[in-house]
Amino acid sequence: MSQHTITLTVNGQEQTHQVDARLLLVHFIRENLNLTGTHIGCDSTSCGACTVHINGRAVKSCTVFAVQANGKSVETIESLAAGGDLHPLQEGFWEKHGLQCGYCTPGMIMSAKHLLEKNPNPTEEEIRWAISGNLCRCTGYNKIVEAIQYAAEKLRETEAVA
Amino acid sequence: MTYHKEGAAYQLEDRFEHHSAQPEGVSAQVATQDEVRVTTPPDVCGMGHRMKRKEDPRFIQGKGRYVDDVKLPGMLYMDIVRSPYAHAKILSIDASAALAMDGVVAVVTGKDLEQHGLHWMPTLMSDTQMVLPTDKVVYYAQEVAVVIATERYIAADAIEQVFVDYEPLPAVVDPFEAMEDNVIVRDDKEVKTNRIWHWEAGDKAATDQAFDEAAHVIKQYMHIPRIHVSSIETCGMVSDYNKAMGKFTIYMTSQAPHAHRTVFALVSGIPEHKIQIISPDIGGGFGGKVPVYPGYVCCIVASLLLGRPVKWIEDRSENLQADSFARDYHITAEMAADSDGKIVGLRVNTLADNGCADAAANPSKFPAGMYSICTGSYDLKAAHVNVDAVYTTKPPGGVAYRCSFRVTEAVHMIERMTDIMAHDLGVDPAEYRMNNFIKADQFPYKSPTGWEYDSGNYHNALRKAMDMIGYEELRQEQAEKRARGEFMGIGISSFTEVVGAGPSRDYDILGVKMFDSAEIRIHPTGKAIARFGTKSQGQGHETTYAQIVAEELGLPANDIEVEEGDTDTAPYGLGTYASRSTPTAGAAAAMAARKIKAKAKKIAAYLLEVGEDDLEWNVNQWQVKGSPEQAKTIQDIAFAAYTNNPPGMEPGLEATDYYDPPNLTFPFGSYICVVDIDSGTGEVKVRRFVAVDDCGNIINPLIVEGQVHGGLTMGLAPALYEEIVYDENGQCLTGTLADYLLPTAVESPKWETGHTITPSPHHPIGAKGVGESPTVGAPPAIANAVVDALWHLGVRHIDIPITPQKVWQALREHGVTD
Repeated sequence: MSQHTITLTVNGQEQTHQVDARLLLVHFIRENLNLTGTHIGCDSTSCGACTVHINGRAVKSCTVFAVQANGKSVETIESLAAGGDLHPLQEGFWEKHGLQCGYCTPGMIMSAKHLLEKNPNPTEEEIRWAISGNLCRCTGYNKIVEAIQYAAEKLRETEAVA
Repeated sequence: MTYHKEGAAYQLEDRFEHHSAQPEGVSAQVATQDEVRVTTPPDVCGMGHRMKRKEDPRFIQGKGRYVDDVKLPGMLYMDIVRSPYAHAKILSIDASAALAMDGVVAVVTGKDLEQHGLHWMPTLMSDTQMVLPTDKVVYYAQEVAVVIATERYIAADAIEQVFVDYEPLPAVVDPFEAMEDNVIVRDDKEVKTNRIWHWEAGDKAATDQAFDEAAHVIKQYMHIPRIHVSSIETCGMVSDYNKAMGKFTIYMTSQAPHAHRTVFALVSGIPEHKIQIISPDIGGGFGGKVPVYPGYVCCIVASLLLGRPVKWIEDRSENLQADSFARDYHITAEMAADSDGKIVGLRVNTLADNGCADAAANPSKFPAGMYSICTGSYDLKAAHVNVDAVYTTKPPGGVAYRCSFRVTEAVHMIERMTDIMAHDLGVDPAEYRMNNFIKADQFPYKSPTGWEYDSGNYHNALRKAMDMIGYEELRQEQAEKRARGEFMGIGISSFTEVVGAGPSRDYDILGVKMFDSAEIRIHPTGKAIARFGTKSQGQGHETTYAQIVAEELGLPANDIEVEEGDTDTAPYGLGTYASRSTPTAGAAAAMAARKIKAKAKKIAAYLLEVGEDDLEWNVNQWQVKGSPEQAKTIQDIAFAAYTNNPPGMEPGLEATDYYDPPNLTFPFGSYICVVDIDSGTGEVKVRRFVAVDDCGNIINPLIVEGQVHGGLTMGLAPALYEEIVYDENGQCLTGTLADYLLPTAVESPKWETGHTITPSPHHPIGAKGVGESPTVGAPPAIANAVVDALWHLGVRHIDIPITPQKVWQALREHGVTD
């Protein structure tokens, strides 16, 4: 198996690693970097539990090779409360009971984060479509939608103050 | 109730004659309320508070710890070679190429396991199932051999280098064909038949008579298809055998860690104290993590043989194709009504496709689970229920999908039949239900199949749902739309659930009684840890159990750590499934807290220098009657229990309770669904869905809402989208999430929920279970709405999942061509 050297930024830290050509980004994140907040729920890019950001875009890291992240910036769920304070999305999920087993939650939050960065004031329908690539088996989605609405409002308020 | 298994017939004892369902001194009559009862202040946060979940901070920050997050030094990885045939002889297995690969440590086959007597294992229903086959495979994707390697990717490569020579045999896909015994699935058995058991409940003679005297009789066949829980986390294990200590530490996706420990000990002969099962955070269970799968056993064996930790994590396709399935009941139901339209009789014949093993997780005396609850919410004279179970060449079925005890099948049948009868008689389905419901003053109610329903108020729940949705206006709208040729339907489901197994007299799994347990320890500074025999998979036990203890002792719920899932520390219990945690372990929490409260009273009397009879309880303290300023809080008492305990009294403040419920609990509800059908495409759109649930006293309204939303979505899924499909060769055609359609946020409607509160009279805190209810109750509401939209065309029934194709065909068959 051919080995490659990749240099990338993960949650703000630049790092260099030797990886197999075929190593999936999700395994790189989970196994090599020990960032286990990114989960694996399927092998067909269907469930979204592995969603991370690459250069600010939400992608399913089970269908990207680690080498494809070379030279890019990767953000995982662990980046959100790095400063100690919860991100408004994390707060929203907690306040609105937007999670139960918690397995889909990191991916769901990363998809929602991408949405709110593009569209700070989404309609309910826009939220539902934006997370339609993330499967949740526990919540029935209503409270996830409420959690994202909570975060959107809070982020808009913060923006207005700033 | 009779149960014949492979020729042997068991006559069960009459279950309801010999035990009192009511604890002594408790009134069986309860009133229904609308408001959630709250008795503690917000800082205590006892029952009824919408408390934010205590477990959430770790999950929202990606710090949950699931099995695949466990990484141990020297850990190896296991992957599984699976069968490409549904039914085939194994002629040979050649693992030499795999073993020659760098990084491959071992390959284990059925022949290897046979040397240790581990190639077969018991199922939870006392049937047997192969761990790895020695002679033949009986389902597509069956485990054939396992490879253990130093890396996950090497193990995945190596399974491709294990060459198995098969001789295909005819698949047995259709259970009706299986009944004919032309091809025998389980030729390992002495009796060469595919029939597993025949089970009956109710009174046949009385039912025949009711039908003979009836004015109206209807008959309908329906299939409740195979579905799969597909929790977002698949199953997995890390088995770590410590040779020096002779002890296993096993991290496992287990909903029932204690039961699994006992099964492993019994099967392997390893002493039970040398097996520690740790069920860490679980990414959804819904019953799919109750059975013992071959992968688990192989993983344990591999770590024993190699003396190293071994990890096994299923792929999604393995999970969907080989793990246990739910449902697959073929039901032919008949319902009889008298000349006033009153339902008088029910006759149900059922064929259960159990796949290659009877591997359900029902209590052992109940091979068809609680299926005889099928008279539902209606007061009828007589019922008779038959179930025949057969083997087919499919993975084991009959396990779970947020209900394993066959209540979903029963409810779908009775709610569909009631709706067909109402439509046939030309009576509005809501009015028809009101005319036939068991009345509030009939509780506790003995059903014709022998259940004693603890409490209910069905008229009230349906009326509330009708008011919430505006039923009469919707019927008006429907009439107008129908006149314009548009298809709109309104469907009702007024279900009765049965959860909380169960009383030890009748309920056991492999002989272990189905009690559950709680152990509470109060620390000197007034903080506490509470441990339970159950295991949350997202239900929020860390919060709800803390609230129960807070309610009883006045300790803030935030000061109570709740721990489950480690068999070395938690008290023994049968685990979390079938909505049993609140009815059993939730009751144990209250009872253990009451034992602590009783001891606290003695300590308070000593500290206050008064008699115990002079004290009364007030939220969080024992106080002197008439002199509340003389009081000792639970925190004062806890400190004294370790620092100043009364002479002669054992120090410390802790208690354990093993709660053996006197009866099951019977949650209920009324759901109303409005659908619009696109006559061009056959697409069904759920426009509105109102769910009124009654689960008795509510511990945390926020969590109950979450459970109801999730359950409704798992009711929507099989009603419209999900089905595990096999071709004629027994190949699974729905082996990925691209083929097996879980609802997304786009398909899921905005659920409108409400509640009524009719406490369980026999439960210590008046609670029932709720997690399953919506999954049980929702599918017939949706199916009834679709048929209601099309009834005037002549459509009487459509099997779930009601796909656009089925609706489109029904429209075409009945003359709609646009």
